[in-house]
Amino acid sequence: MSSTTTSPTRAAAVEVRGAHKWYGANRVLDGVDLTVQPGQVAVILGPSGSGKSTLLRAINHLEQLDVGHVSVNGELIGVRRHGERLKELGERAILAQRAGIGFVFQGFNLFPHLTALENIAAAPVATGRATREEARATALDLLARVGLADKADAYPRQLSGGQQQRVAIARALAQRPGLILFDEPTSALDPELVGEVLAVIRDLAGSGTTLIVVTHEIGFAREVADLVVFLDGGHIVEQGTPAEVLDNPQHPRTREFLSKVL
Amino acid sequence: MSERSLPAPTLPVADRPPVGVGAGATAPAPLSRQRVIPLRHPGRWIATAVVLVLVAQLAHGLVTNPFYQWDRFQYWFARPAILQGLVVTLEVTALSAVLGLAGGILLALARQSKNPILRAVSWTYIWLFRSVPLIVVLLILYNFSALYKTLSLGVPFGPGFVHFNESALATDLVVATVGLSLNEAAYAAEVVRAGILSVDQGQHEAAAALGLPKGYQFRRIVLPQALRAIVPAYVNQLIGLIKGTSLVFYVSLLDLFGEVQNMGSTYPTDVVPLLLVATGWYVVLTSVVSVVQFYVERHYARGALRTLPSTPLQKLRAGVRGLRERADRTHLGTVKA
Repeated sequence: MSSTTTSPTRAAAVEVRGAHKWYGANRVLDGVDLTVQPGQVAVILGPSGSGKSTLLRAINHLEQLDVGHVSVNGELIGVRRHGERLKELGERAILAQRAGIGFVFQGFNLFPHLTALENIAAAPVATGRATREEARATALDLLARVGLADKADAYPRQLSGGQQQRVAIARALAQRPGLILFDEPTSALDPELVGEVLAVIRDLAGSGTTLIVVTHEIGFAREVADLVVFLDGGHIVEQGTPAEVLDNPQHPRTREFLSKVL
Repeated sequence: MSERSLPAPTLPVADRPPVGVGAGATAPAPLSRQRVIPLRHPGRWIATAVVLVLVAQLAHGLVTNPFYQWDRFQYWFARPAILQGLVVTLEVTALSAVLGLAGGILLALARQSKNPILRAVSWTYIWLFRSVPLIVVLLILYNFSALYKTLSLGVPFGPGFVHFNESALATDLVVATVGLSLNEAAYAAEVVRAGILSVDQGQHEAAAALGLPKGYQFRRIVLPQALRAIVPAYVNQLIGLIKGTSLVFYVSLLDLFGEVQNMGSTYPTDVVPLLLVATGWYVVLTSVVSVVQFYVERHYARGALRTLPSTPLQKLRAGVRGLRERADRTHLGTVKA
């Protein structure tokens, strides 16, 4: 809790320190420490109920940690330092912090009453980052980037799951985030649509944007990840490069999990 | 093109002679090329006939029974006094609908709030005004000036800053509107709350994750989706309100029903046609509201349905087109045969 939050050199993109979270008597996060460097792609693996989603949602403060803290680019998220204590931030400040962090949901959560273009252009206008025209132009660029230039005026329900998720990624990109969090982005998709979404995420990797992806796609992790984190029972069992964690796992729990998934 | 490749069924299959009977009988087409004969519903035809007879009887009675005095109905329908009453009804309805909905939204938001006091106040308000009959609310308000001579805005139990002379402020229109609005807000609150609850949790999360300002989240993300559930229920409520305004007669405001009641006591022989005049106007009002409802619902269905329901005009056009196409097809069929 002392000197790790602000490093003298370049701040880590994401730092999680001592994260604990309970749902009633159920301990979901049990002391997670995680560091992701700027521009890195981190993949979080683990069985269901291991706390992956909770950890991811804690990073943009959709979940509040009971103990521990998160900082993004050296800035504490959802709290501020008050002497030796942490104090909760106001709603407005938290929303402002979230605007700089992209989040992609398992169930897409596009706004069904807005077209693909409006979904993407809404947030930059509402948060005052762009004028209506700028946001529109950016949205069209982003739609082209995810291969959906012709779907600008389609409503989400007129799109396939893979297309919806690509629009959702474009929506996250519209805020020009330095960090994007993906919560099982392909789990709700038909097998043949998984590839098109992973292709979009692969393009983002190496663009300088930090990505943290919770997924079960081991092949994707091996190919794209700089850092693989294996989570079980609310703490990190093992982490390292894909070669270390996926090809030569040290912990028996990791081996057991990988043998089932692969 | 594909339709034409199917042979037009000239005879229902059942009427065709069985294969092999009669030398000149043409053999039916192979099963794979036949259209399925639709199931007959004789019960439906009987029910239709019974209902049509009953409706005809009712219509005949309405027209021929002298008791209805349709000439008097015609006389009264657009009398200035009745139209004045209609304007009052419209005024009271419009004001109470807007104030009631605004109050309902506030109450619904308070009910959803994290503040337990706001929640409790909202719950109690809804409980109270759904429990007390509207007529009682109106009569209490009507006698309010006897309870409180002046109304003041200021520090509770302390000095007041603004004073109102209650009896000057509380005209019959104000009393009626306030009473209806108070009542309406309690019901509207539950309608709005149901609408907000119908919006998926993921929508709130997505809005929060994008960092959208709180007010924007409600106005632009949650409310438009909630309205899909709110509109049909609130129109129901609104129609109840239109008819509920007939109670304002008891606080001496002469609305449509009040005028009818008034005229009825002056011209006792015209009571039935006068009641029919009121019925006619209330039917007109609810019909207008229902038509507006169709288009409002259609507006908020954007994105929720893959294709919007067609408007009556579009349906008419499609129907005419369908008929014309069918005529063309049968024409072609006979030419071929």
